[in-house]
Amino acid sequence: MEETIEKILRKYPAGKKDSLIPLLQDIQREAGHLSDNSILEVSRYMNIPLNKIYGVASFYDQFKFRKKGRYHLQICHGTACHIYRSSLFQAEIEKTLQVKAGQTTKDGRFSLDVVNCLGACSSAPTLFINETPYGNLTLEHLQKILSEIKDTND
Amino acid sequence: MIFTIEINGQAVTARRGETIFSVLSRTGISVPTLCHLAGFTPTGACRMCVVEVEGKPELVTSCSHQVEEWMKIRTHSPRVMKARKTIVELLLANHPDDCLYCDRAGSCELQYLASELNIKERRYRTRNPSIRIDRDCVSIERDPAKCILCGRCIRVCDEIMGMSAIGIVGRGSKSSIGTSYNKGLNIQACVKCGQCIMVCPTAALKEKSSYNSVIDALNNKDLFPVVQISPGVQGSLAEDLGIKGGRDLQNLLGTALRKMGFRQVFDTSASADLMILDISHQLVRDIKDKKKMPLFTSCCPSWVKFIEEYKPELKEHLFAGKSPMLTTGSWIKDHYAGQMNIEREKIFSVAVMPCTSKKHEIAAGKEKDLHTIDAVLTTRELIRMIRLFGIDFSSLEPENTELGFGIRGSSGRLSGIAGGETEAVIRTFYSEMTGQEMVPGKINELRGLKNRKEVKIKIGRTAYTFASVSGLAAARQLLEEIETGKSEFLMVEVMACPFGCINGGGQRMGTDEKALKSRMKALYDADEEEMIKVAHKNPSILEFIESIR
Repeated sequence: MEETIEKILRKYPAGKKDSLIPLLQDIQREAGHLSDNSILEVSRYMNIPLNKIYGVASFYDQFKFRKKGRYHLQICHGTACHIYRSSLFQAEIEKTLQVKAGQTTKDGRFSLDVVNCLGACSSAPTLFINETPYGNLTLEHLQKILSEIKDTND
Repeated sequence: MIFTIEINGQAVTARRGETIFSVLSRTGISVPTLCHLAGFTPTGACRMCVVEVEGKPELVTSCSHQVEEWMKIRTHSPRVMKARKTIVELLLANHPDDCLYCDRAGSCELQYLASELNIKERRYRTRNPSIRIDRDCVSIERDPAKCILCGRCIRVCDEIMGMSAIGIVGRGSKSSIGTSYNKGLNIQACVKCGQCIMVCPTAALKEKSSYNSVIDALNNKDLFPVVQISPGVQGSLAEDLGIKGGRDLQNLLGTALRKMGFRQVFDTSASADLMILDISHQLVRDIKDKKKMPLFTSCCPSWVKFIEEYKPELKEHLFAGKSPMLTTGSWIKDHYAGQMNIEREKIFSVAVMPCTSKKHEIAAGKEKDLHTIDAVLTTRELIRMIRLFGIDFSSLEPENTELGFGIRGSSGRLSGIAGGETEAVIRTFYSEMTGQEMVPGKINELRGLKNRKEVKIKIGRTAYTFASVSGLAAARQLLEEIETGKSEFLMVEVMACPFGCINGGGQRMGTDEKALKSRMKALYDADEEEMIKVAHKNPSILEFIESIR
């Protein structure tokens, strides 16, 4: 991983503050999240205090600071999904998979994020598991999906 | 350009570029503020200083708006007053109301404003997010529940220290002041200087207290509690206890501390004399050995931590001797204990310091195992303790403080202010190099409330340059100059707190420029009056060196 970060860093001019966000986005794309080690590397390279980088990154929802689960669930809370009571679905996921929004289970299998809009309002309520979208969710449908991923041996 | 504006119906002159707030303060109109810090970037974070400007639909924050020629300002109109009151009410909506048990009761700016604005009930209530109290650091404790997000601590940490150990984390109603990955303050970037505490309007930041362990030791019949007092403590203490002049406070304090149960009282400044003598010896040696200069002072533990964490390659440039506190501490446990025929373990050695970083110093590195000092109290903690024991200074009879190293000289005490240590070293160094005393001993270039002072002095045939910097941001800049070869010094004194220990992170809350000036004056006056102005003529120190030889 450290090599990848080295490589990404080298794409940006050292000490140029306005490339901070694209740089962080790049790291997140590669690593899936921003670990404290990677931010420390960025801090050294850009000559920006660690805490300032964390301050910037924690402002944006797009940046994650923990490792995603092997099954990364994103439940949409945009307006349309909200009207379709996505919070009920969120509660169901939290209960079944024993994971809270913003967390990853200890075994690293599941993680859950609440997102603002996935751009699939016509099929609200919407859930993404990794890159796969699930639309027009009903509770039964959701329960079936959840028990499937829960029972897979991986 | 000077022009006239109207404030509350009266004509007032203002200069272009000035903020409304500074014009108001100059005119004697006080508007409340919770985030403004003189000399720092204005942020307009707390909104308390809002005023009404005719022609502007919204209220404007006076601290971050510049005056303009057409302005007609109202500072205490009903609309402004209502807004200010609501702001405080909203701040109180999730503020714990444990004022009775709070460290800052009586010195809390939020409490003061709530009372000033006549707030009598809790109008709004929101759930207080349960954020844990950060007790990870040995010097400083953070209680985010009491934080009002004014951002003063961030600015001090950033602009004066250049450390940025803490910052705003998160966004909107979920934002808080914290460290990266919400780790505790026990992190690389925090140097424990405590300047954040000094500007905190509430009790969100305070020292990690050793109050209880000291009280326990005073009550423990098996222990022999002793205390050493740093010279930087006295001025601040005198202000708080309402003692004027402060000249014989040292002796009064000796009496008071004995009444509280301390068996012996020591003055740290005697060890400062010893340190100054050692630094001077080292300079002479280093010049002879043609060692690479400069020599950095090392009595400020925050500065030492900074070097260890960020510039380890400069470690060999740090003066290797102990700080005066630790010297006195080991003297107490290694020599005094023997003299008094007390077991080392039975001595409970307390140090009163104007500093939070000294708490870190005794808990870090090898000091942790040596146990030369058992507890460090800040000036604030001592003041609280004096109150607890109901000691009235006006009726005390002064008593001679018996000192660890006997007589104290004034040069050791000078190290309480940035530049003082350098001045003291130069006096001794001069005498060592030339065999003559420096006349006059006073070095004006090194005096006054400035972040950076330099002096070039001809000693013998060579001219040597000495520098004193305070505030780590200024120190960083100086390091850069040294690294790039822009500046060269024989010795550099660094104090993490701006202007040195008189403005330390453990001093009385509400330290302002006036207080700093009077503390500074007290140290310089003492230097005028003291008989022994140079470390190398302090008989007790010379005797001590003889005894350990």
